[in-house]
Amino acid sequence: MLDRAGTPAKDDTTRRVRFRGAGFVPASSRFGGWIALALVIAIWQAAGSAGLVNPLFLPAPSAIVHAIYELAISGALWQHLSASILRIGVGWVLGTTAGVAVGFAIGLSRLARSVGITFISALFPIPKIALLPLLILWLGIGEEPKIATIALGVFFSTAISVYSGVDAVPRNLIRMAQSFNVPFATIVRKVVWPGALPAILAGFRITASVALLLVVSAEMIGAQYGIGAFVLQAGNLMQTDQLLAGVVILSVFGLVVGRVINLLEIKLLHWR
Amino acid sequence: MDLIANHIFHRFGDLAVLDDVSFTVSAGEVVAIVGPSGCGKSTLLSILGGLLQPTSGAPELRGTPPVDSLNPLTFVFQDFALLPWATVEENVEFPLLHTQLSAAQRRALVEDALRRTGLTDFRKTYPKQLSGGMRQRVGISRALAVKPAILLMDEPLSALDSQTRELLMEDFVRLLADGGMGAVYVTHNLEEAARLADRIVVLSRRPGRIREVVAVPMTRAERGEIAAREKLLALQNQIWSLIRNEAIDAEREVQHA
Repeated sequence: MLDRAGTPAKDDTTRRVRFRGAGFVPASSRFGGWIALALVIAIWQAAGSAGLVNPLFLPAPSAIVHAIYELAISGALWQHLSASILRIGVGWVLGTTAGVAVGFAIGLSRLARSVGITFISALFPIPKIALLPLLILWLGIGEEPKIATIALGVFFSTAISVYSGVDAVPRNLIRMAQSFNVPFATIVRKVVWPGALPAILAGFRITASVALLLVVSAEMIGAQYGIGAFVLQAGNLMQTDQLLAGVVILSVFGLVVGRVINLLEIKLLHWR
Repeated sequence: MDLIANHIFHRFGDLAVLDDVSFTVSAGEVVAIVGPSGCGKSTLLSILGGLLQPTSGAPELRGTPPVDSLNPLTFVFQDFALLPWATVEENVEFPLLHTQLSAAQRRALVEDALRRTGLTDFRKTYPKQLSGGMRQRVGISRALAVKPAILLMDEPLSALDSQTRELLMEDFVRLLADGGMGAVYVTHNLEEAARLADRIVVLSRRPGRIREVVAVPMTRAERGEIAAREKLLALQNQIWSLIRNEAIDAEREVQHA
């Protein structure tokens, strides 16, 4: 027999079980981010207008907007922006095309893998901008070395994300296709390509920012036109409002590219 | 067309997996392969279907496949192996794309396969929108579309809950009754084996050898009747007694590994 002398008297009151599953589910509200951003800009503007901040070091947002407006109506904005977009566009397309081709080769062929991975591992860590002087020696002082720098930077990241994507295609799908005697080219087109696409698009996000970084760096080193050249020039002349106008334009450009990639993902990866 | 396992041996590195496995699946016959876990059942099926090269021995075909068969040996996979980016009908059409068939012929085959598996209303859905049972129906539908002579089924129901299993089992019985297809059915579930198979190949634990081949002395139609239940249960018990001790050993081995 158990000794029940110490047990408390029977308690018939009912209590609700305390809820303890709250938290750890961060949900972002739709407007929270925009409100916070607007608030920071408002405080910045107020500080500028009240003369609390020296406009030489940090011009007020209104001054930056004005600078952008001036740039736009003078036509200088388009001149600089078009030069940068051309370099990014050509460099990105070249680097991406080569990167996708090499990435697929590494993902699909044993020979390409053993050779390719060695080279990529050795060359990927080099900051590509360090190659610009060499590329200028090789290609002259025109657009080519800048485009080549961007293409190189984009190429390595793309190749890596593509072969990782190819590696991540579930093997059971490939075996399934083989079990139906589906030819190699069809397996690549209908199984490997769509299977690797999520990783490839994620890679685009990275290479877009790599391209932006490299175009600005290359333009700062040697270019007459381009957002990078413009920002550097404005800095040298202590035109901080112009400088920040350039920075804002770069930021907007980055956002637009990100948005385009988002749309691509929604369109191409709707099955996820 | 018969499918023959001709003295198949297989090793993964130092690990012997299959040891001299030989048997024949005659045209239209359903053979189940059962055995303790890790005995090489799925490996054997991959070898039979030409997806894995055996260390020695070979899978062989005897006789000609039916003239309209586009893929005489056709797999149904445990994990369904559906293309997640393709709709149900695109998945079913996938193995037909590289054939010489015209678009209209392909459509007719897809239509027929969808109808036989009750998927006609789900043709535009994506795999992720379907339950496990419906996904496996897509896998079966895809297999039917190529008019197989022998279905190679690798634990096709083991990823499903028991109610869904029961429903799909009824589908299998129906499809095997009107298709004239043979099948090799790998399973660890003795009830499935006893319900579907004409013969049950019992493998030993690793390295898998044939311990016994048990014939099921009833037609598939008879097995659905209540009177048959006791006989089937006795058969399952007989097979379980062959496997049980080895299954215990296999289980311990896995846990200590």
